[in-house]
Amino acid sequence: MSLSSKDVAKVGSLARLALTEDDLERMTGELSKIIDFVSQLGELDTSAVEPLAHPLDTRNVFRDDEPAPSLTTEQALASAPRHDGSCFLVPAVLGESGAA
Amino acid sequence: MQLFERSATEIVHAVQSGDISAVECVTTFLDRIDRLDGKVNAFLAVNRERALAQAADIDTRRAAGKPIGPLAGLPVAVKDALCTTDFPTTCASKMLAGYRPPYDAEVVARLRRADAVIVGKTNMDEFAMGGSNENSAFGPVHNPWDLSRAPGGSSGGSAACVAADMAPVAIGSDTGGSIRQPAGLCGITGFKPTYGRVSRRGLVAFASSLDQVGPMARSAADCALIMESIAGHDPGDATSLTDAVPSYSQLLNEPLAGLRIGRVAEHYGPGLDPEVARGVDEAFAVFKAAGATVHDVELPHAKYGIPTYYLIAPCEASSNLARYDGAHYGVRAELGKGVRAELGGVVRAELGKGVRAELGGVVRAELGKGVRAQLGGVVPAQPGGVVPAQLGGVVPAQLGKGAGAEYVGSFESPLVEMYCRSRAEGFGPEVKRRIMLGTYALSAGYYDAFYAKALRVRRLIQQDFLEAFKKVDLIAGPVSPTPAFPLGEKTGDPLAMYLVDMYTVGTNLAGIGGISFPCGFTKGGLPIGFQLQGPALAETLLLRSADRFQRLTDWHRRRPPLSV
Repeated sequence: MSLSSKDVAKVGSLARLALTEDDLERMTGELSKIIDFVSQLGELDTSAVEPLAHPLDTRNVFRDDEPAPSLTTEQALASAPRHDGSCFLVPAVLGESGAA
Repeated sequence: MQLFERSATEIVHAVQSGDISAVECVTTFLDRIDRLDGKVNAFLAVNRERALAQAADIDTRRAAGKPIGPLAGLPVAVKDALCTTDFPTTCASKMLAGYRPPYDAEVVARLRRADAVIVGKTNMDEFAMGGSNENSAFGPVHNPWDLSRAPGGSSGGSAACVAADMAPVAIGSDTGGSIRQPAGLCGITGFKPTYGRVSRRGLVAFASSLDQVGPMARSAADCALIMESIAGHDPGDATSLTDAVPSYSQLLNEPLAGLRIGRVAEHYGPGLDPEVARGVDEAFAVFKAAGATVHDVELPHAKYGIPTYYLIAPCEASSNLARYDGAHYGVRAELGKGVRAELGGVVRAELGKGVRAELGGVVRAELGKGVRAQLGGVVPAQPGGVVPAQLGGVVPAQLGKGAGAEYVGSFESPLVEMYCRSRAEGFGPEVKRRIMLGTYALSAGYYDAFYAKALRVRRLIQQDFLEAFKKVDLIAGPVSPTPAFPLGEKTGDPLAMYLVDMYTVGTNLAGIGGISFPCGFTKGGLPIGFQLQGPALAETLLLRSADRFQRLTDWHRRRPPLSV
């Protein structure tokens, strides 16, 4: 199974990873090889097998709904690339972006 | 015997009894780091002053007759995937260069409560993705047995620092073999507990249904000692097991007679180095001599372990690593023409045309014509004349190629462009590859064929182990198909690198425990690793069996020529 560079560009956009032309070319080859390799799972008939998402038996964990100490605003913002003292600052959420 | 050659158990007793002071002990290992780590590159951060202050505090309390913890004065190195408030926590990624977590990982907090002294943070494959430590953004670790070879990964720094006696004990994490494989390639003992036995809170998440923290040391007895302090239920980790923690160290003495060990035919397939096969066979003979019996068992789906793992782990990683968005912490790439980059929040360098910032271990910004500023404390560098570069304490980040690169396509908004560029610049090639693979396998139209399929095969793999453990108590075999390989040998071929985990991923997929330890050396003088795998919560049996082997052999006492 072979991926096209168009497929890879789409995955890059889903993964929020900007890709250069070089990245695109290299990853198209590498990912195609890896996908071919993992496709060998198709040999197995698993129609009667339940998926196992987690090694432990599924169980819910409850705790009392009581307030407890958590990070202060200052601690939470301490490593932010940009903030105004109470909020994280990011570029415009709406609007045009320059072509990459 | 020199102090640095003593076991963790001996060191702890010597500090408790006052034979040596904690300061003396910590100084010894810090001096070895100073002397040797230039060659090995096992550490990303060391804090001598703080470690010595903690050691002095222990000595003061002991002298005053106050209680000291069960690991008092024991130097411990911690993989840089575990959050520490007093060291940067980078996961060996540019993305987190200089990042200071606001809390300690639960394992780190438990080590501190036991009065262990954390001497430094160890190098690793970026975000724990790799089997050779060559995916670190801060340079590879060199195997102490042969500096031209890889130490294995991803906990390569933790394995190498113990092998070179720069720390008696280190903490690693194991998602597909990342404790056991580097332990095997560096000739030390590495223990991956049952999933959920040790808290994952504050372990930077890679693949949450597979990740587990564990000790790496020179012997199983030392691993048992550390497990007593780090294992146990943590209400802060919903997947943490509530079962009581046995006194592992005290249970080591029970005899092995009657132990049934499984030998797996599937382990002897293509790719297994003959010297490794010989070493493993000799280890089986040692166990037989100790009273164990060896039985053939089958793990019919073992060969599907790697493809299953390389779907499930990347899928979980693509989700876990979505948090690195340039908004809350980590690297942000700023938008606009020319090159302008914001690093980490601690460091922010705004750079004009042609300006290049190389921010390696020590921060260095090269600014415009002939201007070069060494940025240590607070340095006013204003290349643009508008925004001052604010440079905090420790900020390693490399903004080389990524900054200002030409990307294909267009972005739907300035915010999305910032996300995409930040991630492109902050992540290295293997991390990007796995995020892409996971995103693809989870995307519409492929989910059932890849992710859901892998989950079904995961159950088959777990059932193989459950069946085998009806016949035997433990399963044994090689840790990796070959001894330590040369640096650079596999970096051009991602698939070849994935195969180094062929004997270890099953443990994680099944959620069980495993331990690896040296069982011989190649003619060329490289360690050969042996692995035992046990059913869920068979920690005591795994540690006891490995300890018994080490009472009968001395492979684990050998030291690389580097340390002599």
